Parts: sequence; C-alpha cells; structure tokens
Amino acid sequence: MSLDKTSVAKIAKLSRIRINDDKQDEMASDLNNIMGFVEQLSQVNVEGVEPMTSVIEMMQRQRDDIISDGGYADDILENGPATDMGFFTVPKVVE
Amino acid sequence: MSEMKNSNSLTNLTLAAARDGLQNKDFSAVELCNQYIDAIENAGELNCFITKTPEYALAMAKKSDHKIQNGTAGSMEGLPIGMKDLFCTKGVLTTAGSHILDGFKPTYESTVSQNLWDSGAVMLGKMNMDEFAMGSANITSYYGNVINPWQRNDGSNAKLVPGGSSGGSAAAVASNIVIAATGTDTGGSIRQPAAFTGIVGLKPTYGRCSRWGTIAFASSLDQAGPMTRDVRDAAIMLGAMAGFDNKDSTSVNLPVPNYEAALTGDIKGMRIGIPKEYNLDGMPSEITELWQQGAKWLKDAGAEIVDISLPHTKYALPAYYIVAPAEASSNLARYDGIRYGLRVCDDGDSLDDLYEKTRAEGFGAEVQRRILIGTYVLSAGYYDAYYLQAQKVRTKIADDFKQAWQSCDILLTPVTPTAAFGIDEKQDDPLAMYLHDIFTVPSSMAGLPAMSIPAALDNKGLPLGLQLIAKPFDEVNLLRVGHMLENMAGFNAKPQFLASNGLTSKAEGA
Amino acid sequence: MSDLIKGKTGDWEIVIGLEIHAQVTSNAKLFSGAATAFGAEPNTQVSIVDAAMPGMLPVINMESVKQAVRTGLALGCQINKRSIFSRKNYFYADLPQGYQISQFDKPIVGKGKIAIDMGNGEIKQIGIERLHLEQDAGKSIHDQHPKKSYIDLNRSGVTLMEIVSDPDMRSADEAAAFVTKMRSIVRYIGSCDGNMQEGSMRADVNVSVRKLGDELGIRCEIKNMNSMRFIKQAVVYEAKRQVKIIEDGGSIKQETRLFDTIKGETRSMRSKEEAHDYRYFPDPDLLPLVFDQEFIDQMAASLPELPDAKKKRFIKDFKLNDYDASILVAEKEKAAYFDAVAAVKGCDMKMAANWVVSELFGRLNKASVDIVNSPVAPESIGGLIALIKNDTINGKIAKDVFDEMFETGKDAATIIDEKGLKQVTDTGAIEAIIDDIIANNPDQVEKYRDGKSNLIGWFVGQVMKASQGKANPKAVNDILRPKLDI
Ligand SMILES: [Mg+2]
Ligand SMILES: [Zn+2]
Repeated sequence: MSLDKTSVAKIAKLSRIRINDDKQDEMASDLNNIMGFVEQLSQVNVEGVEPMTSVIEMMQRQRDDIISDGGYADDILENGPATDMGFFTVPKVVE
Repeated sequence: MSEMKNSNSLTNLTLAAARDGLQNKDFSAVELCNQYIDAIENAGELNCFITKTPEYALAMAKKSDHKIQNGTAGSMEGLPIGMKDLFCTKGVLTTAGSHILDGFKPTYESTVSQNLWDSGAVMLGKMNMDEFAMGSANITSYYGNVINPWQRNDGSNAKLVPGGSSGGSAAAVASNIVIAATGTDTGGSIRQPAAFTGIVGLKPTYGRCSRWGTIAFASSLDQAGPMTRDVRDAAIMLGAMAGFDNKDSTSVNLPVPNYEAALTGDIKGMRIGIPKEYNLDGMPSEITELWQQGAKWLKDAGAEIVDISLPHTKYALPAYYIVAPAEASSNLARYDGIRYGLRVCDDGDSLDDLYEKTRAEGFGAEVQRRILIGTYVLSAGYYDAYYLQAQKVRTKIADDFKQAWQSCDILLTPVTPTAAFGIDEKQDDPLAMYLHDIFTVPSSMAGLPAMSIPAALDNKGLPLGLQLIAKPFDEVNLLRVGHMLENMAGFNAKPQFLASNGLTSKAEGA
Repeated sequence: MSDLIKGKTGDWEIVIGLEIHAQVTSNAKLFSGAATAFGAEPNTQVSIVDAAMPGMLPVINMESVKQAVRTGLALGCQINKRSIFSRKNYFYADLPQGYQISQFDKPIVGKGKIAIDMGNGEIKQIGIERLHLEQDAGKSIHDQHPKKSYIDLNRSGVTLMEIVSDPDMRSADEAAAFVTKMRSIVRYIGSCDGNMQEGSMRADVNVSVRKLGDELGIRCEIKNMNSMRFIKQAVVYEAKRQVKIIEDGGSIKQETRLFDTIKGETRSMRSKEEAHDYRYFPDPDLLPLVFDQEFIDQMAASLPELPDAKKKRFIKDFKLNDYDASILVAEKEKAAYFDAVAAVKGCDMKMAANWVVSELFGRLNKASVDIVNSPVAPESIGGLIALIKNDTINGKIAKDVFDEMFETGKDAATIIDEKGLKQVTDTGAIEAIIDDIIANNPDQVEKYRDGKSNLIGWFVGQVMKASQGKANPKAVNDILRPKLDI
C-alpha cells in the first residue's frame, strides 16, 4: 500500500475536489502517513466477526405512508446560489 | 467561590445557581442576558463565536422573564447558552466552521436546539468550531482559531488551543461568556476540549440526543451533549437536550430520566473499572498519577476499584480513522455548490468544474484530507481491507466493553494524554493531532456515554481531566459518579483570562 | 425463441438482461413525507430531506417495504428477513445527497423466476436475480436554456424497486415480453402503476452478443427505456452494432448507452463516460431492515390472484383457449372485466371470451378507449350472450346490437326491444317468406335442383334479408331445405 500522485489524482476526482498538480505529492505524503497508521488493523484476527452496522441494538422504525412534508418550494430554493423559475440551475450537462 | 462584586458577577454563576436566582427573582433573565452580552464583547480575542445573536438573545430573555413571572418556566428558562455552529438554527447563519456553507441560513431548527429553546434556554450565538467538527484543536475553522482562556504559568504567553472540535463552546464556557454550551462529540470533540479548558463535557449514549438538524460528520458516531461549568449543570442541560425523535432513525425511544436527581452523592458499592490498556508507554507521569488519584478518590467515597482489560483499545484509533472519514466522505458530498452555500464557477465551466472548484475552495485542508482518505478506503479494491476490517474491529471493541460490564459499572480513564498545547505546535503533522483522541475514541466507537471532569492542574498550571465511561443509556450513574469525582477533586481553578479581565476575585492556577 | 444475427462469420446469439425500475405506488417518498404525484410544479414536492439540506436524516416509509415484499412474493422470489440500506456514492446535479440510498449486497428480495409468454404457446422461464429498494433521483432538464441545465427535485427520494433479471433473454421479443409480464404483475398487485410514459416504470437493457455456445460477451447497458417498441428497436440495433464491431476485428467496450428514439440508434452516454466507483457502504443513518415470517405471511395473504394462476383457471374452468386466456389475463383491468362477466349467472364463458376478446377489445382499441371506461358493462355482455343462447336474437343481429350497446351504453334487451330486433322463430312467418322467395325465383330454384347445392346460402341470405335479419337461421334452414330438395 502506497498512495502515489496518480492515486491521489484519482480519488480527488472521485471526491470532486480539485487538487492542483503541485499539491498532489504533499497530499500523497499526508495520506500515506495516515494510511501507515491505520495499517495495524490488519493484525486483528476478525475471523467470524460481524462488521458493526449500528452501535444501538434496535429495529429499524418505519413511518406511515402519509404526506406530511414538502410543499415549500420557496424554502427549498431560498439558499440556492443560482435558481430560475423554480428550478436550481447548473452549467449545462450533456448526457 | 467568586465574590459577586463587579458588574459582571452574574456570569460567574453556574447554570444551576442562575436558574435558582431567576426562580427566586434575584435578577431577571434580561439582566443575566445583558451581562453575558457585555462579557462576550470583552472576550473577542478568544474568537469563540462565529455568529453572535444578542438581539435574538434579549428577545428570548424577555419571553423567559414573562414565563418566570407567570410560573410556566422550563428547566432552562432564561439561561443564556452558546450553540455550536453545527446545529442548524432557523434563520441564523449556520456554517459548521466551513467556507463551503457561506451564507447558509437554515429554514429549519435542529431537534436538539429546539428542545433547548422549548425548555427556555436563550441563544447568545453560534460557537466557533473545527471545520465540520474535524479537529482536536480548533485550528481548522474557516473563522479562525479559538484561543484557550488558560495559559501556561511559565510566563511564555504562548497562545494555547482550547481543544476541538467544540473549541468555541469549551473556551466560552471556561471564560464565563456563556453559561453553558452545546457540543458534539464524534471521537472526543466534547470531552477533549472540556479537559483542555477545565470544564465538564458529557457525550451521551449514541441515540440519546437526536441528530436531526445537526450537520453530520460521521453519522454512526456523532452525538450532541452539554458542555458546562460543573456536573449538576451537565445533568440539567442533558435533560433538556435529550429525548426521542421520530425524525432520526437512530434515535432511541426511552424516557429521559431526571438526571439532576441522580446526583445523590452516594456511590457506595459501585464498581469502578480501571482498564489497563489506557496505560500508554511514555505517558506523562502526572497523567498517570492523576488517574490513580481519581481511583483513590472514588474508593474513598465507597466505590470498589477493579482492574479490567479492554484488549482492542489500541485499535480503536486506527479503526476510527477509517470509519469516520469514510462516513464523512459521503456525508460531505452534499456540499456541491448547487442548493446552498458557496459556489465557485467561472464562465464556461462544466458541472464538474463547478464541483471541483467549489469543494477545493470551500473545504479546508483537514476536511479535504479526510474526504480523500474516506474515499480511498471505500474505493474498489480497498473496501474489504480497510472499511470492512475496521467495522469488524469495531465490533470487537464494543465486545470488549460488554465484557467489562460483567465486572464493573463505570470505567475511569484519563481524557487526554497531555494538557492543552500551543496553537503553533503539531500543526504540520495531522497524525500527531489524531493521537489526542486516543482515550476518547474507544467509547465513541462503542456508542457509550462518557464524561470529562476537570480534576487537577498539570505542572504548567493547565487543567487536566478524568474520563468516566458508562453502560449504554446509563447516564444516571455516569453523572452520579461524575458528581462524586468532582466533589472529591474539588477543582476550582479559573483561567487567566478571567483574572486578567478582573472578572473573578480569585484566579487560581495563575 | 432466439433471434440469431447473421454475421459475416456466422450466426450470433443476442443475450439480454434487464434492470427494471418500478416506482412504488405510495403517497409519500421512501425516506421523507413529501408527496409523489406526477406532474407537480418544480420543487413543490420536495422536503428538506429530499433536498439533502445539512443535518437531514432518512426515516423509511413502511408502505415501500410492504410493496417490495409483496412484489417479491408475486415474482416467486425469496424474501430476506434482514436487509441493509447502502449508499451508492456519485455526483450528479439531480442527486442532492451526493449518494443514492439503495441496497447492495443484502437486498430485501432475492432470487426467483417468472414465466414469459411468447404468444405461440411457448412459455419461457426467466430468472430474477434480486429486487431492492432505492431512492429515485431528481430530474435534470437540458432544453430550457442554452447554457444551463435546470434541476427539479420533485422525484428526488421517490421509492423505486429495482428488479434485476438474469441474462436469460435471447431476443428483442423476449425482452419486451419480460417487461410486459413484469408490468402486468406489478399492476395486478398494485405495487406500481406501470405507467411507462410518466416514467413510473423504465428499463435498463443489458445487451451482449456471442457465438452459440460461447461464454457471455461484454455487455452494454442501454439506459432508461420507457416503451416496448423502443426496447425492441434498441436491442436489435445494439446487437447488430456489436456484431459489426467484433467482426471488423474490434472489441466491445463495457459502457452505458442511450437510445436515440429519433435516429433509432444507441450512443455512448457522455455523462457516464468516466469509470465509476460507487463506494457502496451501509448507510449509517439507517438500521438494518428486519421483519419476521408473520409479516411475510400477511403480505402473501394480501396478494390477489396473479396472471399465471388466473390464466390457468380461465382455461380450466371456462375451457378457454390459450390465446384468449393470455389476452384476458395480461392486464389486471381486462381480467377483472372478464371475471365480472363470469359472475353473470349461467353465462357461457367460451362465448363470453369470444365476445370480449374479439368484439369488445377490438372496438375499444379502435376507439382508443380504456377497458375501465368501457361503455359496455360486464353485465351487459352477459345479458347479450343470454339473449343469443335463448334464441331471442341470432349472431348477426347480435353484432349490430353490440355496436349499438357500444355506442349508447344501453343493454342488449333494451336495444332489441326498441328496435324490434327480436328474432323470428315463428315457423309460419318464416315459411311464408320462404314460399314467397321460392315462388319469385324459379331460375335459382332450378339451378339448385340441377346440382348447384351451394346456392342454399343465397336462399338463406334472401330469407334473412326479407326478415331484416330477424329470422332464426336454424329455423330457416330446417324449413328451406325440404322445400328445395323436393
Ligand atoms: Mg442500472
Ligand atoms: Zn437502480
């Protein structure tokens, strides 16, 4: 395991965070430092151990199927950095 | 304690004392509120607030006076608190300490803050914090560092960190500019700053306080809790914050006990576990000594001390630094410049340009690091080795605690391996910073309630805390033992900031 | 029945697997209380949860869980008593959370099988891999503005069932038949309205080609198909495209494609070009979804008779042929109509099937009227058949009566009464007409008697004409023949 510049660029892209070329080496070294620390987890024998899905032992609660929310487009759009005619807008996307 | 002789004397009162004073009509909520507003103005250098809301506070205080008059006061009626800027507050800027939430004013109120307003609390403002609660020193906030009101007694005048991520809340409580504050704790973000600033910080059981409307860092770990001057205050405030919320699937439907009634002063026969794995190599001897002293205090108070083992303790921190960033990388994907907050987009930019520029500029370095780590450990080919392994280790950590409860009722440990450090120390090494959470993370990983209680000063005159950890939903015993520990420790030192402002008659620890 | 593609190098087999997204019929969304109705003003059916405002949390709608289990049962699938919601992480403008809450390795419904009917009596079993619950995304509108896309989050968070088939289909017709069958089932049980135009049901079609007996080829996924016709066109186009690439020495790139309905072609989707890594992990905001056998039994008990069972019953109880039975059960409203006809006492169901399938459905089709709005009530069909059976009218008049019924909504008896269409069975009256015709057409009589025996039809026709169609054909024959055969 070692993160290089290329893998930093790849995960930065997946994360949609632009990390300029000249910053990628530094980031790679920071991340490697952290990954080096967490590496020790592989020492733990977890045979037959279930991964934690929740620290609380209870059942998923379920809601009734009633309309109890929505109907406030103005609130939804209120903090929008760019809106038009009741829509949020973004640079044009070509599918 | 303090002699109430100067104009700000009301701010020296604990939450419980102020409550009683209001009930007895010794002073009004508006008077109390005004004194806090003045105190805040005199504490600008600590940078505890991101947003101050004095008008809001006075309006609320007026209402409280009304309620006190007509006998409908809530449990926190008229008490002016600070709200960590991670809680969404309707119509009031909410930033999570991040540039990316520029200008964001929620159209809704978080359940925890609403519960507090419903109980009569008054909002002085939104407290500074590490960006998205990621940090242990409050040096990652877009709104600048928070300064610890405590200083070393070596005359160095070095500015110290208040701990993090609830650093603004902790520093404000310690410097008497709020009567109490909310915090959130993911891996220690209530307890560690409480220890660094000599106050009480309580992280409840996961599921005790609703997470609805609280900006998420790591969903499986985040819990809101009180940060207060003493244990009684924590009991009162927890009672106001906690409760079932059907808007949060992980909220537990249990009644909220009267926590203040738990402070009986009787811990006879309780078994206090001392986990041997918390004895770190190279830990400063004063930390070890304080820990032993803590055990002795509780023993003297009638508890039984038992040695126990939590064998997977050392793996809690590495597991945490996989699980928390993984969840964060996903939780923070919504900050994309489309529906709220910052948008960086130049002419001709594509949607991806918008995302990448907005998130590069909007997130600080630590948040970016954690998002990248989280993305990495979840990505194809690494998931099993990192994320899945960490969640399995987490099960083992939780099992360790379950095992421990066979032989004890409460655990006693240090909170932090050191006292507060200087703002310029440890900045370049993220990993060294992470190690500050070594004692707080294991209970977070198991979802257990835990509390930090100020217990002594170190050799440089800085506060040190002791941590108590309890069984799930046993905040009652956590508070009962905490109250006893507080009594035994008799910690009453005050930060230099208060002394230099002439706000207390006595500045111990200077 | 597979459609082989004839290439330069020989025959190629098409292999098709489908992923169907079916919107669960529910009032509110999967994880929020916002409404789901189609066609609302932009962003009016959006809660702060659906818009992924900071601090928002999901709480599951029990109706979605019920419908997923009912659908799983109707598809003969295994139901998983414990399932997990996971986050599928990717960025898109209409995906507010930056992830879709879906199910990954522990879906609510596991393996099963459904039968598709290829129309010629051929039944084919298609494997179901799984069914899981997930959130729909919002909608991006690209044609409102030259430089911007517009985002409407009304659909964001609506419950979808994703049903994944095994790659068991071998022709465009089989793919269409699978979608048809799936649509039929979900509409029967009411878990989805099956409205493909409104996007309540859409299919991602995975197509690959191979030489017979070879391993599976590399597949391309054609996204979001919402009509049977387009599915068929797309499959054929895509299979041919792949064959051509391979035969020209190229290789297929696994990718997501879009069907251009105007050009009738598939093309690579630009927005999906970059390799995806969805980083699925269990959603920490939700707990495992757990239920017991009792709940499953309750859901099973709530299911209506399903199309396959109904078809069997129609064939067994009513002696229908396979073709009529298939048509009658294909849509739940048609089947319900026929069941209502069957409820008419003493109705001849074989006749009823004929009347419903050819006469009623034909007229409805022509008039573009839906069966639920049929002007002819099921009881009226029963009434008409009863009147034919008791010789009140004959078959020919019956068709005219039925036209009138379709036109006016009146029942058969009323129309017959009003128009005096009652069949003449009075042999005296018929005999008089016959005598008249024989007397007035000596040439024809002679020709008949000289051996042109098929002229009998001409005589019958004359009698019917003279009686304005009201003469009972059997009585006409019985009286006419002895008179001519003298
Ligand atoms: Mg798909
Ligand atoms: Zn899907």
